[in-house]
Amino acid sequence: MSIRIAVGKGSCGIAAGAAKVSEALAPLLAGSGIPLGTVGCIGMCWLEPIVDLYDGDALKARLVQVKPEDAPRIADAAKNGDFSSISDLIITDDDAAFLQKQTRIALRNCGIIDPDSIESAKAAGAYTAISHILRDGVTPEDVIACIKISGLAGRGGAGFPTWFKWNAARQSPGEEKYLICNADEGDPGAFMDRAVIESDPHTLIEGMLIGAYAIGAQEAIVYVRAEYPLAIKRLERAIGEARAAGYIGKNIMDTDFSCEFRIKAGAGAFVCGEETALIESLQGQRGMPRLKPPFPAAAGYWYKPSNINNVETYANVAWILNNGGEAFAAMGTEDSKGTKVFALTGKIRRGGLVEIPMGMTLRDVIFDIGGGIRGGKAFKAVQMGGPSGGCIPAELLDTVIDYKKLAATGAIMGSGGMVVMDESTCMVSMAKFFLDFTAKESCGKCIHCRIGTKRLQEILTRIVEGRGREGDIELLEELCNAVRDGALCGLGQTAPNPVLSTLRYFRDEFEAHITEKRCPAHTCTDLLHYEIHADKCRGCTACARKCPVQAISGTVKQPHVIDQSKCIRCGQCIATCKFDAITVE
Amino acid sequence: MNCRCQGAPSDLSLLAPVLSEYAAVPGSLITILQKAQEIYGYLPVDVMYHIAEQTGTTPARVMGVATFYTQFRFQPVGKYLIMLCDGTACHVNGSARIADAVQEYLHVENGGTTGDGLFSFSIVACLGCCSLSPVMMINEDTYGSLTPAKVLDILKEIRAKEGAL
Repeated sequence: MSIRIAVGKGSCGIAAGAAKVSEALAPLLAGSGIPLGTVGCIGMCWLEPIVDLYDGDALKARLVQVKPEDAPRIADAAKNGDFSSISDLIITDDDAAFLQKQTRIALRNCGIIDPDSIESAKAAGAYTAISHILRDGVTPEDVIACIKISGLAGRGGAGFPTWFKWNAARQSPGEEKYLICNADEGDPGAFMDRAVIESDPHTLIEGMLIGAYAIGAQEAIVYVRAEYPLAIKRLERAIGEARAAGYIGKNIMDTDFSCEFRIKAGAGAFVCGEETALIESLQGQRGMPRLKPPFPAAAGYWYKPSNINNVETYANVAWILNNGGEAFAAMGTEDSKGTKVFALTGKIRRGGLVEIPMGMTLRDVIFDIGGGIRGGKAFKAVQMGGPSGGCIPAELLDTVIDYKKLAATGAIMGSGGMVVMDESTCMVSMAKFFLDFTAKESCGKCIHCRIGTKRLQEILTRIVEGRGREGDIELLEELCNAVRDGALCGLGQTAPNPVLSTLRYFRDEFEAHITEKRCPAHTCTDLLHYEIHADKCRGCTACARKCPVQAISGTVKQPHVIDQSKCIRCGQCIATCKFDAITVE
Repeated sequence: MNCRCQGAPSDLSLLAPVLSEYAAVPGSLITILQKAQEIYGYLPVDVMYHIAEQTGTTPARVMGVATFYTQFRFQPVGKYLIMLCDGTACHVNGSARIADAVQEYLHVENGGTTGDGLFSFSIVACLGCCSLSPVMMINEDTYGSLTPAKVLDILKEIRAKEGAL
């Protein structure tokens, strides 16, 4: 056996301590001939840091939640080939099933190859599709036809057919054209694009090269969030390596095709996920959306024909060219082809990155793959599509993942954020959370969005603070419709979705807040009421000593009482009481 | 133009290499502002006037672009910039309790800096490490699965390292 070791070092692996594990292993392996490498994110974030032991290309053992102090026995096991001393670190079959139930196309190399090595990427098949296209004279029209057959649709959330955009940009008159990648992943709760760029940058580069060839662009630009420093660093390195290998620059592979690449770091504005706002930002302006039409395919960057797709869309392209459009279209449903990547987070047992064929149900993803709810609580809802999406309740868990079916629930496919909520999540407060976000991120260009989201936020704030009024629900609905119909761009048009969908499925929670001044999930602090039950209180004084504002009084071995005027509803008394004598309503 | 309302004037020569590379490239204003913030730690007013002058635009446009994006700061920041994530996953998993713990321990508001200039505190949009929620970054380092107790340990350790008690 010739063992090699790979440590998973995506942002979340590093945050969990992967770099320290790697540092601990390095000196122990020095001189042993056992290579110590880096891979990206395999998507099993709840098990980080992860260390893989390979024999050639065969995975021999996946070690999870590794600590630096485990390094000596891992090094020993790698040297002598006997893994019995590290059996406690090896992933359980139950956890390993998380990967086995997935179908990985966009994520095919994530967590397997070294993101800092073009050789590692090429060994996994990178640049075979573009090489075939250029060497064998596949025309741009053939490429677009192949994408059309595949049924690939925009993975950023809108789900618009990719071939259509490519074709429109190709048909637009003009020599100077641009291909842009939207990696401004702004949805709170989504990290698919970050993982792809950090783990497999060459797949993105190849997808973009194919796109540039198809539309006739001479320059490709990746617009990345500034909050993703590691992704930017790895992509910069990958672009440099691809240039050195002759895949970027003038006369690629000695053909007439030339394409330059550059990265533009965003500066923090959610609205720049909207394609025309992104273009404005690329031009060094405030990121405010343009009126459409003209669409970017006709007049985009510097008013030249441009095509914009999301990271995940491009990550599928080379696979489709290599395997044929039919192979991609064979997966999924009538309306939605291929696979979709989701970032599974929130109150879920196994949180991470999941890629599944369209057509699976939400229940399959959340319960079979994600392992259900953490801590034995009950599933309440799943939020999809972030601030533009909505919540899907328990009774609709058998909804099939498909653009149309999800839209029918009032949520959207979105870019892939899937935040799972349990019974302790207040849906009114969630709606307010999203409106706080969109109100802050509205660029201010159009009145419906700028003022409408602000008013929605104000109404939701007074409801969660116990100042809700009769008629507020109807007012919310009226305002939501006005904002949706009147806003200029996608941000404003979809901003009411989180409110409308929570009203649709959790109207009783809104009513409880407004009429009974009660928060059924016990999270809105202004509506909580803590009480000590005299029959259960032993007078141990633990809660009184813990209370940060001295709101609890009483003598030893006598029942205590809470002074409601002083209580700040922090909940520390409940956490302290050993006799279940305190309740919250 | 030398605006001195914020105290000592900035050393504008530090920006010269950036301006010689980007000033004439169309659409580079955001890049120039990002580089300027890397140099000065924030965007001093006299620096923004200088950028306007050198790129042939108005100070109003520079200011308009700078204030549009959340990345840009107009006040100096502390040595340690704490960025607490309030993305959906962190929010659901209790980022508000972490915010309370930081604010109470450091006596600092969201967006503020401690009196000793050691810490700045900022609640930010999603950092994209949702599976480790709640998450914060201190400068380049990410800390996950936070609890109020854990966050205090981290801050105390930094204070001890800096000799501030």
